[in-house]
Amino acid sequence: MKKKGLIKEFSKNSPLFIMCIPGLVFFILFHYLPMFGIIIAFKQYRFDMGIWGSPWNGLKNFEFMFSSPDAWVITRNTILYNLVFILGGIVLNVAMAIGLNELRNKVFSKVCQTIVLMPHFLSYVIVSFLVLAFLHVENGLMNRVVLPALGMDGIDWYSTDKPWPAILIIVNFWKTVGYGSVVYLAGIAGIDTSLYEAAKVDGANRWQQIRYITIPALVPLIVILTILNVGKIFNSDFGLFYQVPLNTGALYPATNVISTYVYNMLMSAGTGSVGMASAAAFYQSVVGFILVITTNLIVRKISPENALF
Amino acid sequence: MKKIKIDIPNIIISLVFVLVSIACLYPLLLVIGVSFTDESAISEYGFHVIPKEWSLDSYRYVVSSGKTILRAYGVTIFVTVVGTVISTFVVALYAYAISRRDFKYRKLFTFIALFTMLFSGGTVAGYMVTTGVLHLKNNIWVMILPYVMNAWYVIVMRSFYSMSIPTAIIEAAKIDGANEYATYFRIVMPLSLPGLATIALFATLTYWNDWWLPLLYITEPEKYNLQYLLQSMISNIQNLTENSALMGSTALLADVPKEGARMALCIIATGPILIVYPFFQKYFIQGLTVGSVKE
Repeated sequence: MKKKGLIKEFSKNSPLFIMCIPGLVFFILFHYLPMFGIIIAFKQYRFDMGIWGSPWNGLKNFEFMFSSPDAWVITRNTILYNLVFILGGIVLNVAMAIGLNELRNKVFSKVCQTIVLMPHFLSYVIVSFLVLAFLHVENGLMNRVVLPALGMDGIDWYSTDKPWPAILIIVNFWKTVGYGSVVYLAGIAGIDTSLYEAAKVDGANRWQQIRYITIPALVPLIVILTILNVGKIFNSDFGLFYQVPLNTGALYPATNVISTYVYNMLMSAGTGSVGMASAAAFYQSVVGFILVITTNLIVRKISPENALF
Repeated sequence: MKKIKIDIPNIIISLVFVLVSIACLYPLLLVIGVSFTDESAISEYGFHVIPKEWSLDSYRYVVSSGKTILRAYGVTIFVTVVGTVISTFVVALYAYAISRRDFKYRKLFTFIALFTMLFSGGTVAGYMVTTGVLHLKNNIWVMILPYVMNAWYVIVMRSFYSMSIPTAIIEAAKIDGANEYATYFRIVMPLSLPGLATIALFATLTYWNDWWLPLLYITEPEKYNLQYLLQSMISNIQNLTENSALMGSTALLADVPKEGARMALCIIATGPILIVYPFFQKYFIQGLTVGSVKE
């Protein structure tokens, strides 16, 4: 009787179940198998033996990785860049959204939004060309026009690491602010317009309306997006840190983050480098997982509909 | 008599936005300018937005330089078209199933999708599974398959269904005797075309702009896509011989184009996206907004 019930139950649901199968296969092959593959961090990888056949070597990979000076540099770079991106992002994204909303001419506002969103649609390979047009040692705009105009000597940009934190921060915001403002614009559109009318009646000017209505209304959204971004603080935009500095070794002290370290170690031919890559990737995945879970638990307390689970 | 009131704050904001827009466009205009500049003028005057000496030589060079670039264009188009079709279809079906409140395994499949946003095996494990278990290295499908399924697309699409497809329609179709497949393909799918267009747009962008998968998995130059071909060219500019991953591309670099030609190729590679993007911006913003309001 019960078995019959189960079969009936399944056949009722089976078409929808079958619709899930193609997606399920892709999730398993490209997301879930690598999750199990993470055990490679505890093994000495042998290409001929694969993930499952390679011999275990305990915590050796982690010992090598964490005893190298790179471990500290990449952790520091990853976290510091992300902090700047998160804090600066709040200010710039919200300012961009408020600014676009304040433009009285709606056609001009739309055109501006199209333009500031444009960099989001360029790949980081293209962006690295745009940056090169500025920083090219012989022909670039900086060395040919800007620095001579200021009476300064040209700089060999791709072998001097000092300016790179500033360059990467500028490029990051140039590429992401238009995109980051979209959510806040939607938030502003959702604010009750009667609030502004009441404020106008009370004689509030535009600045006061922004200060006392728009910004307070956006605070919950800002808090939630910020918490969720903190959860991703161990991840970096690989393209920004790999393509834009053209993966130049001389710049690593300023540009190397966990993601680029993992890739470069994985592709390097040195002994034990794959082991160190796998240890760093494990470190990134697990700390990232803990952070995402924690931040989502916090978000769920504040606003359940914005949490992932 | 009414006095014309000059709205000073509005003028200031407008001026700020003119400057912001210039800052956003300037780098692109610079590269376009260089691509139209005569090669000797580049070495004499450097890069400028307005060419000192106009020339179409760079584009002529790119168009006539033959196979390498054409092939890369072909790879990009193939990967983008096939990838977008597969991805949109697979995501649409999965999202539809989990959008149905009467689907018994809804919670389980939603969790399977969401968990991939929480935890990932990372680059190394992904690389080893793809090359060692699935044996996809240097296979053109390796630039398509890993991006087919994406939890974020699934969430966006699910929100579209629950916003635009009333449960009553599905029930009415059932009462009329339509089975689940007929209900989906005849009724739900035509109604959810804006949602499908949004997913297709995201997928198209992802595939067209991708250089990450070839960077990991493609070492044979004849399978390079446009973005990766560009990357292998730029790295030669700076003589980055230190990077072993790029050594494989030396064969390609025999016919390395000059400064202006590289910039021309850059414009040719990203031009299609920039031309069509303003027309699809609406769908893009719609997708982003829907994606941020879950459930």
